[in-house]
Amino acid sequence: MKWEVVIGLETHAQLSTVSKIFSGAATAFGAAPNTQACGVDIALPGVLPVLNTGAVERAIRFGLAVDGKINPRSIFARKNYFYPDLPKGYQISQYELPIVEGGRVTIQVGDIEKTVQLTRAHLEEDAGKSLHEDFRGQTGIDLNRAGTPLLEIVTEPDMRSAEEAVAYARALHTLVRWIDVCDGNMQEGSFRCDANVSVRPAGSTTLGTRREIKNLNSFRFLQQAIEYEVRWQIGEIEDGRTIQQATVLFDPDTGETRMMRTKEDAHDYRYFPDPDLLPLEVTAERLAAVRAAMPVLPQARREHFVAQYGLTRYDADLLTASRELADYFDATASGADARTGKLCANWISGALSARLNEEGLDIARSRVTAPQLRGLIDRIADGTISGKIAKDVFDAIWAGEGDADSIIAAKGLKQISDSGELEKIVDQVLAANAQQVADFRAGREKAFNSLVGQVMKASRGKANPQQVNDILRRKLAG
Amino acid sequence: MSNATLKELSVQLAAGACSSVELSRDFINKINSLNKALGCFITLDAERTLAQAQAADAQRAAGRAGPLTGVPLAHKDIFCAKDWLTTCGSRMLANFVAPYDAHVVERCNAAGMVTLGKTNMDEFAMGSSNETSHFGPVRNPWNRDMVPGGSSGGSAAAVAARLAPAATGTDTGGSIRQPAALTGICGLKPTYGVVSRYGMIAFASSLDQAGPMARSAEDLGMLLNVMAGHDPRDSTSLERPAEDYNRSLEKTLQGLRIGLPREFFAAGLTPDVQRAVEAAVAEYKKLGATVVDISLPNMGLSVPVYYVLAPAEASSNLSRFDGVRYGHRAAEYTDLMDMYKRSRAEGFGAEVKRRILIGTYVLSHGYYDAYYIRAQKLRRLIAGDFVEAFKQCDVIMGPTSPTTAFKLGEKSADPVQMYLSDIYTIAVNLAGLPGMSIPCGLDGGGLPVGLQIIGNYFEEARMLNVAHQYQLATDWHQRMPRGFGV
Repeated sequence: MKWEVVIGLETHAQLSTVSKIFSGAATAFGAAPNTQACGVDIALPGVLPVLNTGAVERAIRFGLAVDGKINPRSIFARKNYFYPDLPKGYQISQYELPIVEGGRVTIQVGDIEKTVQLTRAHLEEDAGKSLHEDFRGQTGIDLNRAGTPLLEIVTEPDMRSAEEAVAYARALHTLVRWIDVCDGNMQEGSFRCDANVSVRPAGSTTLGTRREIKNLNSFRFLQQAIEYEVRWQIGEIEDGRTIQQATVLFDPDTGETRMMRTKEDAHDYRYFPDPDLLPLEVTAERLAAVRAAMPVLPQARREHFVAQYGLTRYDADLLTASRELADYFDATASGADARTGKLCANWISGALSARLNEEGLDIARSRVTAPQLRGLIDRIADGTISGKIAKDVFDAIWAGEGDADSIIAAKGLKQISDSGELEKIVDQVLAANAQQVADFRAGREKAFNSLVGQVMKASRGKANPQQVNDILRRKLAG
Repeated sequence: MSNATLKELSVQLAAGACSSVELSRDFINKINSLNKALGCFITLDAERTLAQAQAADAQRAAGRAGPLTGVPLAHKDIFCAKDWLTTCGSRMLANFVAPYDAHVVERCNAAGMVTLGKTNMDEFAMGSSNETSHFGPVRNPWNRDMVPGGSSGGSAAAVAARLAPAATGTDTGGSIRQPAALTGICGLKPTYGVVSRYGMIAFASSLDQAGPMARSAEDLGMLLNVMAGHDPRDSTSLERPAEDYNRSLEKTLQGLRIGLPREFFAAGLTPDVQRAVEAAVAEYKKLGATVVDISLPNMGLSVPVYYVLAPAEASSNLSRFDGVRYGHRAAEYTDLMDMYKRSRAEGFGAEVKRRILIGTYVLSHGYYDAYYIRAQKLRRLIAGDFVEAFKQCDVIMGPTSPTTAFKLGEKSADPVQMYLSDIYTIAVNLAGLPGMSIPCGLDGGGLPVGLQIIGNYFEEARMLNVAHQYQLATDWHQRMPRGFGV
């Protein structure tokens, strides 16, 4: 039987506010346990929550970015359950009326573009952390994370493969960083996904029973966990068993998912509106102010890059992986024609990216500035230097030796395009390589490349390769 | 001296007739001799009290005294006060020393007032007789076999017995007004949001409101002037310009329209209370007021509505008392769940457990709509009744409680009888309106009767004016339980 996979994702994006969602304590990562938890976070008797407007602004920004509906009035509710790292005995979240409803994220899988519909995005606070390993027979509680603002982003069950789920998660990850609502740091837990996975016979319109894989904090784990889960579910059904609704955990060491709890032991969270917080009102003025401060979104930037510089969709995708990268490309390619634009794209996603990766730098800390890179590309475009020499010049710029023009002049790297001079070099090479000339004439094309290489070598890389080609062809034909 | 009102103490301190240290020492001595018999205070700390009095005297000497600088008061033990044991009347918090001041305590401290101690109360403010306190009952100074009412029973009895000139209280369903009535003092629950709830241990957040308890309307106004004001740490605290609640004390009551809700004078009201309230209304007529017959048709729903909503909120508010971070933790337990169960079973008393159970039930899946949602709808209807009523009158009057003080133990076996003690006060909390109780007579047994005055939203100054004019004409508020005068 052919099976169809159905996936919906719930993503917790930690909002990049300096302080917590309902208290003034800092949200910075990595502080000593319980040093960033104030009276509100540890739920002293008598303390009250006060909503951080920065978190609201970020939620609105997200809602606008995905073209969702920003509810003019949303409600904070209490989700009640007991756990030692949940100090109040309830989590403040949004339940019936979230701040954002609907919206969509466009993803690209191979050549196919697809839209994933969002159900909602709501504000909530994070819980603290239970440390089971560090204390023998006891559990340590660190409440630094308690009260950290989260935006929980929920999709419709629109994805049909692990690849699509990962593509969505990546697109979302790019987007939340793009609009500055989340730092996207997955190691620190700033961006984590729960995947709801079910399978059904291809062609069926009813949903299969889902299992929810909790807390996936890397794209690789997301992919592996879904793939494993899909295989497992299909296996179960084909062996005649039924799937039970359950919450499962992915174990990266074994690559398997394992059951955490079934629907039967699910909590009754006894949601009700939090009487300590007023309904969250978003006025038209506030909405307009946030809208006015929105950056141009990745989709629009991509379209602009394709239209303006003739980039392929693939290149445009690469260059919109982050706002900084897109800005860098824009600054580099500014005013360029299609050919130069393509060169800019190639250099940025090629040599520059490789170099940044090697040195563990992000684009904002590139040691070659956008104007410097453009200076280099202009010299390639106008034939002053070859692409090969350009690599050396790039390294020199990176090393801080100056910009392209000064380096080319200082090192005498200008391309030899003078045909008289080139013919002289070609003649010398042909004279010295009689065997290859004979080979070529005997029909061995490889010999030609070898001759080109000899010419380039003799010119110390400076010969204009196209001209060398032309001259060689002419002379060998003669 | 301990028989003086806040107003009088304010004048005497300003005139140099006494120092705050002398005054505080007087009260401490009196408390020390009587607290054992009455059980008004849970925590006393004479050293801390006198240090605060000394600081107040120094402030006065430096010429920086306000109207209440150096005046002592007592705080209900529901308010966190830095470095004071803050128990909320519960074993759960019997070891809890608050690391911060509630907004109300902060304001009183800033005004130079001196904390005499933390007063006894029903556990987590759940009760109408002060019998649910882990620290034992409070006895009514008018008759020690009687309850003082609750939940602010310690504050009420302390003020009635002249152990404190004034006290703070909180009122979720009548917890300021009912004990004020049963102990013959004055108490005011302001409009919801006028006084910050920050640092006040939550019972039912949408109903809880702090207010002053004292011996005259004027004193209530003076203390409310200190307690009220916007606090950004409480999202439900209202941003309103500061006002002097005593600004219209002297206004004539000529033309005042008093609404008398039919439903307040129906079955269940004891004849002595009815007579005293009617006599008070007659007095008001003499002062120029007219009487309007009004109806609050949904009044009868207020007790059931309250006993859905308040426990629902309480069940969630009290979840933080889990033995993990502070408060009572069972000495022995086998695992996490066992620790929760034992700590909470040991830490909470029977009434608190009853309300947590009710609240958990009404919020449960499958019951939420039938109870919580319906109660919320009815709450709006009840509030709507008042909106209609205030189209016809300026203030509403009636009894504060259907009976005068009842015997210790008399109602503790029957929670429903106990809950009915707040039948006239609860609707006011549900509507978020201001309400107050002032003494208006004595019953056949010599126990005080309270007159309830309900105002429209933010009409506290008007209510104080109405009460003050009555107190100029009558002396019920000056009656004193035998044996407590100086």
